[in-house]
Amino acid sequence: MGTEPSPAVPDEARRTPPFRAQLGGPCGAGRSRWNGAVPEERAPPPVQRAAQRSMLRAAVCVSRLCRGPAALRAPFSAAAAASPIPAPNPRPDIACNKIFINNEWHDAVSKKTFPSINPATGEVICQVAEGDKADVDKAVKAAKAAFQLGSPWRRMDASHRGKLLNRLADLIERDRAYLAALETLDNGKPYSISYLVDLDMVVKCLRYFAGWSDKFHGKTIPLDGDFFCYTRHEPVGVCGQIIPWNFPLLMQAWKLGPALATGNVVVMKVAEQTPLSALYVASLIKEAGFPPGVVNIIPGYGPTAGAAISTHMDIDKVAFTGSTEVGHLIQKAAAESNLKRVTLELGGKSPNIIMSDADMDWAVDQAHFALFFNQGQCCCAGSRTYVQEDIYQEFVERSVEKAKNRVVGNPFDFKTEQGPQVDEEQFKKILGYINTGKREGAKLLCGGNPAADRGYFIQPTVFGDVQDNMTIAREEIFGPVMQILKFKTIEEVIERANDSKYGLAAAVFTKDLDKANYVSHGLRAGTVWVNCYDVFGAQAPFGGYKASGNGRELGEYGLEAYVEVKNVTIKIPQKNS
Amino acid sequence: MKKQGSDSNPAPVLPALPEPIKDLKIKYTKIFINNEWHDSVSGKKFEVFNPANAEKICEVEEGDKADIDKAVKAARKAFELGSPWRTMDASERGRLLNKLADLVERDRLILATMEAIDGGKLFSTAYLMDLGACVKTLRYCAGWADKIHGRTVPMDGNFFTFTRHEPIGVCGQIIPWNFPLVMFIWKIAPALCCGNTVVVKPAEQTPLTALYMGSLIKEAGFPPGVVNIVPGFGPTAGAAISHHMDVDKVAFTGSTEVGKLIKEAAGKSNLKRVTLELGGKSPNIIFADADLDTAVEFAHIGLFYHQGQCCIAGSRIFVEEPIYDEFVQRSIERAKKYTLGNPLLPGVQQGPQIDKEQFQKILELIESGKKEGAKLECGGGPWGDKGYFIQPTVFSNVTDDMRIAKEEIFGPVQQIMKFKTIDEVIKRANNTTYGLAAAVFTKDIDKALTFAAALQAGTVWVNCYSAMSAQCPFGGFKMSGNGREMGEYGLHEYTEVKTVTIKIPQKNS
Repeated sequence: MGTEPSPAVPDEARRTPPFRAQLGGPCGAGRSRWNGAVPEERAPPPVQRAAQRSMLRAAVCVSRLCRGPAALRAPFSAAAAASPIPAPNPRPDIACNKIFINNEWHDAVSKKTFPSINPATGEVICQVAEGDKADVDKAVKAAKAAFQLGSPWRRMDASHRGKLLNRLADLIERDRAYLAALETLDNGKPYSISYLVDLDMVVKCLRYFAGWSDKFHGKTIPLDGDFFCYTRHEPVGVCGQIIPWNFPLLMQAWKLGPALATGNVVVMKVAEQTPLSALYVASLIKEAGFPPGVVNIIPGYGPTAGAAISTHMDIDKVAFTGSTEVGHLIQKAAAESNLKRVTLELGGKSPNIIMSDADMDWAVDQAHFALFFNQGQCCCAGSRTYVQEDIYQEFVERSVEKAKNRVVGNPFDFKTEQGPQVDEEQFKKILGYINTGKREGAKLLCGGNPAADRGYFIQPTVFGDVQDNMTIAREEIFGPVMQILKFKTIEEVIERANDSKYGLAAAVFTKDLDKANYVSHGLRAGTVWVNCYDVFGAQAPFGGYKASGNGRELGEYGLEAYVEVKNVTIKIPQKNS
Repeated sequence: MKKQGSDSNPAPVLPALPEPIKDLKIKYTKIFINNEWHDSVSGKKFEVFNPANAEKICEVEEGDKADIDKAVKAARKAFELGSPWRTMDASERGRLLNKLADLVERDRLILATMEAIDGGKLFSTAYLMDLGACVKTLRYCAGWADKIHGRTVPMDGNFFTFTRHEPIGVCGQIIPWNFPLVMFIWKIAPALCCGNTVVVKPAEQTPLTALYMGSLIKEAGFPPGVVNIVPGFGPTAGAAISHHMDVDKVAFTGSTEVGKLIKEAAGKSNLKRVTLELGGKSPNIIFADADLDTAVEFAHIGLFYHQGQCCIAGSRIFVEEPIYDEFVQRSIERAKKYTLGNPLLPGVQQGPQIDKEQFQKILELIESGKKEGAKLECGGGPWGDKGYFIQPTVFSNVTDDMRIAKEEIFGPVQQIMKFKTIDEVIKRANNTTYGLAAAVFTKDIDKALTFAAALQAGTVWVNCYSAMSAQCPFGGFKMSGNGREMGEYGLHEYTEVKTVTIKIPQKNS
C-alpha cells in the first residue's frame, strides 16, 4: 500500500471549502478537528489480492457501473465519466455538527450529543448534536411557517425553485472533493467511489429535479356538464424524510430533489452513523438561498427523532429509506397518528439470473459488482445469483477468483475497492450470517472472516451450493457475501426468483431476446436490469414491489409522492368544446 | 388576501440595469458552420444598419443557397448515427444548454447592447426582458432534455411495444427581426434539447446577436455542425432552406405572407415538417366591470411594447360602450407620455421602427385610417429628423371594416373600437383570418371563462396581456400559424415518434 503514484490533482480540487475562510464557520460553533489515527497509517488488511490496480481501474469500473458495457458507448460519453479525481484529504475539517433549523445551527434541546465513528478505525470523528422529539417539534414549526400561504417559498416561481436546486448542485460540485472525503471518512466507502459515483449522482439528481420544478403539469379536464375543471399539483406540505447510512449524500439528494422541486418543506433525519456530509450540505442549502425553514436537518436516532417524525401530527408525509423492519414501524406510526402519506424504500433480496447463453465475462463481472459494490451495503444488491446448470461450475470458479482479487483496505487509497462495513453492529450481523450459512450447509468458497484487526472490514465472501430455504438465501445480509444458486429451466428460475417477500430489483443476463423479454416481464421487482446491474439515473424510477417498499423515487413517477392533486371545478354559463 | 402583482413576488429580482457598452465592437460577421467562421461562397456581403440613425454598423457575409448547402451538410454529418451528438446522454444535452445559459448571462451586457443597436430595441428592455427570457428559456429546455418520455404500449397480441421520441434530424429555422435573440433561443433550445441539429437563418435586419451566439455555442461545447448560422435574405437563403431536400423540418417565425411560401416550398420539395408562427390582429376586450387602470395600462403595453412590433400586439381593442369615452381619453393620455429617442439612452421609452420599409408601411396605414374615417386622437406622423421613429398614435371610432382594423400594422398605432353585447364582441373578435392571441378584462368569473373558451386564439389572457414564459405553449389558430412553441407542447414539434414492436413468446400483464 502507498506505492501507487498519487493521481494528478487539479488546482480547483485543492480549493478549500468556502466556510474555512470565514470566522467561526457556518455552524457558528468551534470546529472540531478529527485527531484520531490517520487511516493510511494503519496496516493493510491481510487479504490476498493482485496489487497492480490503479485509480484508472476504479474509474473504468465506475463508468461501467453507471453506463453499461463500455464497448457499447461512444467514446464521447465514455470519456465524460473518466475525469481525474483530486487527491483526498483524509482528515477533512468538520464544520457542521449541529441541528439545522430555519437556516440556523442549534444545539439539541436536551444538550445531548452522540459520537460519529470512523468505521475504518472504530475511532470517534466528532460529537454531533443529538436531535430528539423536542428538536423535531422545533423543526416542524419552522417548516410549517415556511409553508404558510403567502410565504416567500409558497409564492416563489416554480422555475426559481429549479434555479435554487441548480445552484445547490453548483455548490456541491464546487465542494465535491471535500464532500467526497467527508463521506468516505464517515461511511467508509472508497474515496474514488464517493467522488466519481456518489457525488456525480448527487449533482445529476439535483439538476434533474431542478428541471422538473416548472414542468410537472396539472391538467384541464373535459368534465360532463357546464363546468370548467382543472387540476393543480400542489405540494403535500411538511415532509418528514428519514434517510439511511449506505449512501448518505445520494439518499439526501433523492429525498430533497423531488420534495423541493414540487414546493414542499422538509424535516430530514439523517442516519446516526453518517450525519456529517448531509449536515455540510445544509450549509450549502443556506448558501444557495433557500428561504429559512424550507429544509431542516436533524441528526439523531430512529427510536427517538425518527419516531417523533413518523408519529408527528403536523407532518403531512413521511418518506423513509431503510430496513423493512423499520418500514413496518413507520407505516404503523402514520396510521396511528394523522394518516400521513407514506413512501418507503426498504430491503431486498434481489435475484440475478445468469442464463447459459450470456456473455460469461460480462456476467461474472456484473454479478460480482452487483453484490460487492459499496461493501454489499445496497438495498438492491444482487444477493441471489441464479446460474444456469451448464455454466454453473465455471461461473462459480470465476466468481471466487474475482472475489479473491477484490482489494480491501484503507478507503482513502485509490487502489481500494472495498472499505469497512459502516459500524460494529452491521459487522457482527454479517459475520453471524456467514456462520449461519456454513451451519446450514452452504459451501464457503472464499472469505468468511474479518479482514483486519481493527475497523469493520470483512473479507469478500462467496457461498456456492446455496439452497433457497437457507437463511442466507432469504434474508438481507447487507454485506460482502455472495450467494450462488443453481437452476435448470426458465420457468423454474422465475418462480424461485419471485419466491421472496422482497421485490426491489432483479436482473437477467442472456443474449436471447425472447428470454430477456419473458424474464423481465415475469419478475416481480420494481427494477429489472437486462445484461447490466445497478444502472441508476435520476431519470429512471426506483422502488419496490411487495415488502421492498411503497411508491417510487426518481423519474417523473418520483414526483407523484410529493404532490396532492387538487381538482378545481367552476360553474360556467355554457360549455363549448 | 394580498394584492398580487409580479412586483410583489419575492423570488425573481430583476438585475440592476447597467450602462450599455460604449463603442461596442462587432466581432462576428461571418457564416457559422461546423463551429467555424466562413466567408460566403459567393463572396457577397450585406450592410447592417442602426435604425435609430440609419447609419451602417458593419457588413455581414451574405449566405445563399451554396452556403445553406454547406450548413446542411455539416448538420447532417453531426446527426449521423454514432456521432458525438447522437450518442450523447440526454442529460448532457441539458448540461450544454445550461452552460449556454451561463454564457449568455455572462455576456448579457454585450448582447443587450448589440440587440439595442441592431434592432432599435430599448437597451433597458433588451437587457431586462429579452436577455432574461433567453436565459430562462435555455434553462427551461435544458431541464426537458432527459424528460421527453416515450411510452410502453399495451398492444394487443404477444408483443412488447414501446415508443421512442427521436429527434427529427436537420431543422431549418428562419427567425424574425423583432426579437432577434429571443426568437433565436426559442428555435434552437427546443430543437437541441430533443437532439436535433439546426441551420438557422437570422433576419437580414438583425443578424448580429445570433452570430455572437455562434461563438457562445462553440464555447459551451456543442459538437461541430450541431448549430449552424447563415445570415442572409429570405428569397435566397430562406428559400434555400424551405426548398432543401435534406432539411427534415422547417420552423419559421415571420409574416403570414412568407409563411405561405414556406409551407408551399415544403410541399413542393420533400414534405418536410413545418411549424409557423405568423402574424396577428389580436383582440383585446375590455368590459365595463374591469379595473379600468389595469385595463388601460395593459391595453397600452399590449400594443405599444417594442414600438408595436409584436406579433401578439393587441391591435383591436374592443371597449364596452359605457366606459368607451373614458377609456379612449385615458389611453390618449398614456400614449402622450412617451419619450422617443436613442434606445441606448436612459429615460427613452420608444425607439425607432426596424427599417425604412416598415416605417413607410406604418405611415401608409395611418393615412388609410384617417381616410377611412377613424378619429386620429394623437400622433399620426414621423418623429425626429433621422432614424425611423413614429409618434405613438391612437385611433378611436374605428370600425371593423377599416384596413387598420384588419391588417397587421406592426407599429405604434392603437385602434379602439366600441361594443355593446357579449355575443356581438365574440363574433367580431373572431372575425379575422388571424388567431394568435386575445385578451379579456373583466371581474366577472362567468364572462372570463366564457371568453377563455370562445375566442379563437392560441393564447387568451384574462386581466393581463403579453404574459409569456417558457413554460407556456404559444402559437396560432387559423392563419397565425401551425404548431406551438415552448412548453411541453413545443417539444412535439421537434420529435418523431417511433413505435417499436417486438414479438415475445408470451404476454403477461
